[in-house]
Amino acid sequence: MSDTTRRNPMLMMGKSAAITFYLTFALFPLYWLLKIALTPDRLIFTEGTNLAPSEITFSNFTSVLFKTDFLSYFGNSLIVSLGTAAVTTVIAAGAGYAFSRFHFSGKKIIIAVMLITQMFPLLMIIAPIYKIIASFGLLNSLSSLIIVYTAFNIPFATFLMQSFFDGIPRDLEEAAMMEGCTRFQALRKVVIPLTLPGLGATLGFVFTAAWSELLFALMLISKNDTMTFPVGLLTFVSKFSVDWGQMMAAGVLALIPSCLFFIFIQRYLVQGLTSGAVKG
Amino acid sequence: MIANTHTSVTSGETRARRSFYWRYMVEPYFYLSPALILIGVVMLVPLIVGISYSFQSIALLKPFDTGWVGLENYAALWDDRKFWLALENTFRWTIGSLSLQFLLGLGLALLLNTQFRGKRLFQALVFLPWAVPTFLSALTWAWLFNPVIGPLPHWLHDLGLLSEPYNILGDPDLAIWGPITANVWFGVPFFAITLLAALQSIPSELYEAAEMDGASAWQCFTKITLPFLAPMIAITVMLRTIWIANFADMIYVMTGGGPANSTQILSSYIFTTAFRKLDFGYASAIAVALLGLLLIYAVILLFVRQKLVKV
Repeated sequence: MSDTTRRNPMLMMGKSAAITFYLTFALFPLYWLLKIALTPDRLIFTEGTNLAPSEITFSNFTSVLFKTDFLSYFGNSLIVSLGTAAVTTVIAAGAGYAFSRFHFSGKKIIIAVMLITQMFPLLMIIAPIYKIIASFGLLNSLSSLIIVYTAFNIPFATFLMQSFFDGIPRDLEEAAMMEGCTRFQALRKVVIPLTLPGLGATLGFVFTAAWSELLFALMLISKNDTMTFPVGLLTFVSKFSVDWGQMMAAGVLALIPSCLFFIFIQRYLVQGLTSGAVKG
Repeated sequence: MIANTHTSVTSGETRARRSFYWRYMVEPYFYLSPALILIGVVMLVPLIVGISYSFQSIALLKPFDTGWVGLENYAALWDDRKFWLALENTFRWTIGSLSLQFLLGLGLALLLNTQFRGKRLFQALVFLPWAVPTFLSALTWAWLFNPVIGPLPHWLHDLGLLSEPYNILGDPDLAIWGPITANVWFGVPFFAITLLAALQSIPSELYEAAEMDGASAWQCFTKITLPFLAPMIAITVMLRTIWIANFADMIYVMTGGGPANSTQILSSYIFTTAFRKLDFGYASAIAVALLGLLLIYAVILLFVRQKLVKV
């Protein structure tokens, strides 16, 4: 549908209105978060609902960073999310490769089981997981979170990786195997270098998923020094619910890693999501 | 293929068989086993354990009162007014979020399927909410609805929708719209991405032919776009319904299920029962009930899909 052929003024106006609406709806809440974070404490109650603050300050950010435990929450979340992303991507690459290149008995059943794990209420296993992890004495440990999150993210990451492997012609690795490589060598030397963008995208998806997980972290972590960012922020909110500026400054900080990864995976969004599985 | 090199001395028949076993039984599982083991240990085993919990009394606050109780948890569930309220709220939450996400997502996908200046930047910006961690989306919207620091109550008051600028999250009649709004904000990009990909797969010759035959834009939309999108819409809506029904984070963070359980949905009820009351038996019974409902829903959908879509 080329727009140059018919320039209906009503249509053009409607389109501009739609563009404005979607931009405002998407960005306004984030703008507000940033605005309150930058407003000095003494002005919050007098001009809290003005569209722009009359003066701005970075003191909320500095006090969040240096006077609270947020730096430690941030570090914990970083460890958990990076750990989960790395382990998940390696395991999912193996499984995705198997789905993409082999026909084998049990394949359909395994795919069905993986799809089902995306369907049932994850909260259903929150109590058993708590009990199991407690029996191993692993409550309040970051490694337990990494194991749990890795398992949660494997099915989706597997389907994503499979779609990337499907996009690489088999001839390449078959040629390498003719030359005397084993399949594993062919995978390592020929296929993996070609899937690097796909691996990056999978890393990004899993990282953001692990970064925002809240409920299992709440259940499994209760000690302050192993709290992840979401748990820490929520605890902070329930304890100091009037420190608006600091809470929002912490929120802005939580946004940074996700946004970085988001910019990075932008290009793969449409491609990856549609050829892979469908998940939020 | 590597098997060939190892078995070159054996007879052709055994070699073929070993290669067959290697190729179909062993090698794929070499790549798959880490994934299978983790899913099995962390998801499938706890799932079965969780179902068994629903027939037991397991409350961490009553450690001497544990044991098998048969259907007692389910009987309690049947008489639990909060459970039925949560069930009703689950429908409101799911249908409200889903329909708004879908309509706004479809609009956005159609918009992104046209050409305009600055489209790449626009696309990056409108997809941004999808990258925002869910707990943060929930907190941000909870703050926006707060009359002290958020503008929304004042705007709703100015529009005449609220008698005075108060926090709707504290009003049992309106509270559910808070989490729904946050969920819509967060979920629109997902629908837009999926539908946009489907839109781009429609062959453009169809539109050119229709335009030559003098079809209006509306006719093109209803006669070409919608029929082509229908299968994708069906699948996405199906999967998303289940996902939203299971999605407790927004509600837990924004209202905690309150005021007076007016925003409690089944999944958030599971979480508060397990997390706050530490009553694992009862939480598991609610979870099994939710699982049963979702299964019924999936079966109905598969049935409807078979009737509608002829593959």
